[in-house]
Amino acid sequence: MPANRTFIVTNLSRVEGEGALYVKLNGEQVEHIELNIFEPPRFFESFLRGREVREVPDITARICGICPVAYQMSSCHALEKALGINDQITPEIRRLRRLLYCGEWIESHALHMHLLHAPDFLGYESGVSMAADHREVVVRGLRLKKIGNDLLEILGGRAIHPINVTVGGFYKAPGRKKLKDLLPDLEWGLAASIEATRMAAAFDFPDFTMPYECVALRHPDEYPLNEGRIVSTSGLDIDAAEYEEHFQERQVPHSTALHSVLLPQETSYLVGPLARVNLCLAQLSPLARREADAYGIAWPSRNNFHSIVARGLEMIHAYEEAIEIVKDYQAELAVSRIPFELKPGEGSHATEAPRGLIWHRYRIGDDGLIADAKIVPPTSQNQGQIEDDLRHYVPQVASLDDAEATRRCEHLIRNYDPCISCSTHFIRVTWERT
Amino acid sequence: MTAKPKLAVFKFASCDGCQLSLLSCEDELLTIAGAVEIAYFLEARTQQLEGPYDIGLVEGSITTAEDAERIHEIRRQCKFLVTIGACATAGGIQALKNWANVDDFIAQVYARPEYISTLATSTPISDHVAVDFELRGCPINKQQLLELIAAFLRGARPRTPSYAVCVECKRNLTVCVAVAQGIACLGPVTQAGCGAICPAFHRDCFGCYGPKEQPNLVSITTHYITQGSTPESLVRLTRSFNSNAPDFREASDALAAASDDHSQPGAAPCPPIEHSS
Repeated sequence: MPANRTFIVTNLSRVEGEGALYVKLNGEQVEHIELNIFEPPRFFESFLRGREVREVPDITARICGICPVAYQMSSCHALEKALGINDQITPEIRRLRRLLYCGEWIESHALHMHLLHAPDFLGYESGVSMAADHREVVVRGLRLKKIGNDLLEILGGRAIHPINVTVGGFYKAPGRKKLKDLLPDLEWGLAASIEATRMAAAFDFPDFTMPYECVALRHPDEYPLNEGRIVSTSGLDIDAAEYEEHFQERQVPHSTALHSVLLPQETSYLVGPLARVNLCLAQLSPLARREADAYGIAWPSRNNFHSIVARGLEMIHAYEEAIEIVKDYQAELAVSRIPFELKPGEGSHATEAPRGLIWHRYRIGDDGLIADAKIVPPTSQNQGQIEDDLRHYVPQVASLDDAEATRRCEHLIRNYDPCISCSTHFIRVTWERT
Repeated sequence: MTAKPKLAVFKFASCDGCQLSLLSCEDELLTIAGAVEIAYFLEARTQQLEGPYDIGLVEGSITTAEDAERIHEIRRQCKFLVTIGACATAGGIQALKNWANVDDFIAQVYARPEYISTLATSTPISDHVAVDFELRGCPINKQQLLELIAAFLRGARPRTPSYAVCVECKRNLTVCVAVAQGIACLGPVTQAGCGAICPAFHRDCFGCYGPKEQPNLVSITTHYITQGSTPESLVRLTRSFNSNAPDFREASDALAAASDDHSQPGAAPCPPIEHSS
């Protein structure tokens, strides 16, 4: 490889948001790696201050067009704790919230698996160009995604930035018929998501393992979506209120997104589908559980290229759970929303966005308005781990030419389905070889 | 064979939701890809074809000096430039910083403000370059996006309404939440396009599509105040996703001036958020 060359390669594509990757090599030794997120800061935590409680889920939805439900759900739960009404949320509201979150997991996972990540494994630069040879795969992915969006529209009013989500529940419970009418599509989706996951499980995975510290929510009775304790591979088991005692956000010069580390060693950690499957395999739905055992992948997996399989298992789970909830949904709710009085208080809560744990904390002031907000999105938590992965992976691809090495690195970054707009946003890859 | 028109999608400060609307055209995506060459769309494809482009869709607002430069190059590259969404057409939710001291905002979020480079304002694309068409919404409606692309292909102007959300409510036979429940609803002054979903879910319109043609904000806000709304709550209502659209901005400024305590959302004097460095 010629020495003293600097390459400015490309924008990282097929991720939601924009960032840049800088790699400095000395021969095949990695000297420096930076994942830069240079999305202009948007200051949500600042302008949430002074807003009314009921405005918060409408505002936090705008942090991300791909996973607005994750922001809305974390906001609602945290504010319900601050208001002291979290114990009053009815089982019906709880189930509908899980159904809404299933819709978001389905649309996000279907999009990522079929249009963003499968092209890496099958050797295409996009889902659209892949459609020329694998039209049925793309068409299946689009329909799987559409059904997730249909769920979001019925429950949330619209798929991107739902309007029916509020602190205390829903403005209006969904009509029974509208939900039941979706059952044939959900049944199709369950079968198609099994096919999709089998396809993903048969992909050729790079031989790359890392000693991940996985972090996810865990709940004794259910696969984690809205609720659970924050647990980790090495035995962390805490309530969301204790989050800041164990995790810290740091600012790095090369990124507008903050980097999270796990205390006390200040190490990086993994959140997202692989972390969740690794920690909560037992809670997967029966069909997802059966599939997980059938692929010859030993769970917990330390190979993050398996994340596309984890995503598939979660999509199966989401379809299966959605069918169960819809079938059981007998009547329009007597109460779709728990009323509350504004009062000062503080609450924090974590939920599981499609791409990983998301944590919110709010303080309501004496005037009943938001006095303080803190939001930790999944991508800023995964950022350090992505850099660690690259540090170990780049030597494996360093002998390749820049275009191919870039392609491999992008493939690895896409394991995370990083949502850079969430953490703040642009990706270019610069190779510096000396 | 005539080359297909080249479509490009660009992003500035935003949530990605409006460009996602293109991928959310699940039934039509492959048809669109057959009718136009999706030449540049980072969220969807790795290959990036060079301009010039026949149609450029721009999402997001201008919040940095670099982006204020980048939009000029994009304008040069695009024959027909369309802004999609509230960020690109009005500055978006992040335009709330236009009322605050941006240094305070940076200090609230970042322990090392010196690493952060941002303009004091968030402004729409049309403040920087000529725009051929603006598609409203937070997010845009994918049916309107399809209409836009189809109209472009047939050389026509897209048919999108300039009337109020109220018209859609009437068509949907939705009972008026402002009249029946006394809820302060922005429907009378907000441009239609969403299908009037919020009142159908028993809640107020909060102005995702921005001001309709010739809205009367003075009349509607005065009416809501006589019904018991406080000026402060109406400041918050008009200052959200389209706060920097001139009609909403002027109304919210007038309401803020009328408000006793002159409190401004987003500019509350709070201590900085504690982030470790």
